[in-house]
Amino acid sequence: MIGEKPKGLRAHLTLTYPALMLGIFFIVPFGLMAAVSFFHRQPGGFYIPGFELTNYKNLYTALFGRTLVFSLFVAGLSAAVCVSIGFPFTYFITRMKRRAQVVWLVLLMSVLSLSEVIVGFAWSLLLSRTAGLSNLFVWLGLMERAVAWYPGFMALLFGICYLAFPYTVLVLYPPLSRLDPALPEAAQTLGASPIRTFFTVVVGSLRNAIVAAFVMVFVFTLGAYLLPQILGRPRHWTLSVLITDAAIYQTNMPLSAAMAIFFMFVSLVLVALTMMIGKRKRIKTV
Amino acid sequence: MSKTLRNIFLGLVLFLLSGPLVVVSGVSLNAKKRLFFPPEGVSMRWYVELLTENSWLIPVKNSLTIAFTSSLLALSIALPLAYFLWRYRVFYARALFTLGISPFILPPVITALGFLSFWVTVGLYGQMAATIISHAIFFVTLPLVTISLGFESIDHEIVEAAETMGADSRMVFRTVIFPMVRPYMISGYAFAYVLSLNEYIVAYMVAGFTVETLPIKIFNSLRYGYTPVMASVTVVFVLLAALIFGLIGRFGDLPKLLGALNPENQ
Repeated sequence: MIGEKPKGLRAHLTLTYPALMLGIFFIVPFGLMAAVSFFHRQPGGFYIPGFELTNYKNLYTALFGRTLVFSLFVAGLSAAVCVSIGFPFTYFITRMKRRAQVVWLVLLMSVLSLSEVIVGFAWSLLLSRTAGLSNLFVWLGLMERAVAWYPGFMALLFGICYLAFPYTVLVLYPPLSRLDPALPEAAQTLGASPIRTFFTVVVGSLRNAIVAAFVMVFVFTLGAYLLPQILGRPRHWTLSVLITDAAIYQTNMPLSAAMAIFFMFVSLVLVALTMMIGKRKRIKTV
Repeated sequence: MSKTLRNIFLGLVLFLLSGPLVVVSGVSLNAKKRLFFPPEGVSMRWYVELLTENSWLIPVKNSLTIAFTSSLLALSIALPLAYFLWRYRVFYARALFTLGISPFILPPVITALGFLSFWVTVGLYGQMAATIISHAIFFVTLPLVTISLGFESIDHEIVEAAETMGADSRMVFRTVIFPMVRPYMISGYAFAYVLSLNEYIVAYMVAGFTVETLPIKIFNSLRYGYTPVMASVTVVFVLLAALIFGLIGRFGDLPKLLGALNPENQ
């Protein structure tokens, strides 16, 4: 029965419900948002249907440009940090015994599921003057008095990396756990040191997985919305904040939809570019 | 890599992962309404307040209701789709599958804005139903992926054996396939449930001013000054997540759910 072609209406009945749900509640909203980006703004209300490019023209401001560049920069930087810590970490985990693996995975899943607001709150405490890490340094005699380490860029970076790290591990876990253990073993039998084995054999054979993970984490961190508001200063606000702000506080849905569409377009282009670079490198080495 | 170096590295990651959680748990025990760590005095009053104050109880109830129903709805969409895709490998089922995992790949603010435009147009903006349906679509990815893994793990010979012995496809589904997929359904439901509890931006965009969920409540109180109740909510959330994933890890096959092929079990 498996792999055959579905025959008639009855067989397709199973698919009708999921297709309808996804169609009505995902494709329609998406199309609607795209349409709204061309609509006319109605001050005080939401929008008046129409067709105009005003909203896209209004994107061309210094604030939007700066926020876009900053969002991409933060996402790229934190994705790079997460992948470079996450890759060796995931490698170690996949080489552990099953039971130890499960314990680490439970911890990672628990952190992964935490709301951005909770992560932001926890880091704002950890970096605060009264309850923060600097108290520990004072107690150890490393610092003279406790200070607040947030809001600021580093605090934001730490928060975003904390949010994205479990996700990074989850993305890297399948390819790394499927890596044939015979490969690194063979390299070591042939005389490579463990560190050399790691960088040449493990990293080398999983280059595509690393690029894919980088892209996934990059897009994931682009979505950071609350952390910039909790851990950063207003100049550290990301595009997600700007889009929400336009939609909710300025009730300018057409503008916010135009921003979202543009944002999606830029991220898709960047993802495609990264994928292409990853592929070309592979061809060179082969 | 040398063992010591590896252990130092793992220890550092563990420290960074658990550091914020340790501080939050400490702060939640403060006796006075101040945020100190280590806590000054020990009291459970912030946990009591969470369960007695209406301003916290209502968001707790909202969040639990939304998480419970939206993940059920997500499951009901994912199961037939995953089944159809496994049974008939046709391109349009594959396309629907891709559609089902895309809300998870796009930056959430985009999906959230799509939902907002939709609910405003339909006229359900600000209703809890809007939050529930939006969350169901937003998190359908999780049960979809886990249940598909479950179907993949079914040995075709078992299904053929049941058919040879005269079971029709409904009976095969009920007696053979369903019991084998059930653990994956439970995990998928649990993933969606936990993530729905913690979700902020979709819930905020769709009905943030009328249906206050816990993350929205925490962020709102973060804006208007601190209270240790926020810390105690966080502790409850972490424990709840750890409990649910711990149970999956104990009774289910967590490495496999997360994409490992484990030859030791085969």
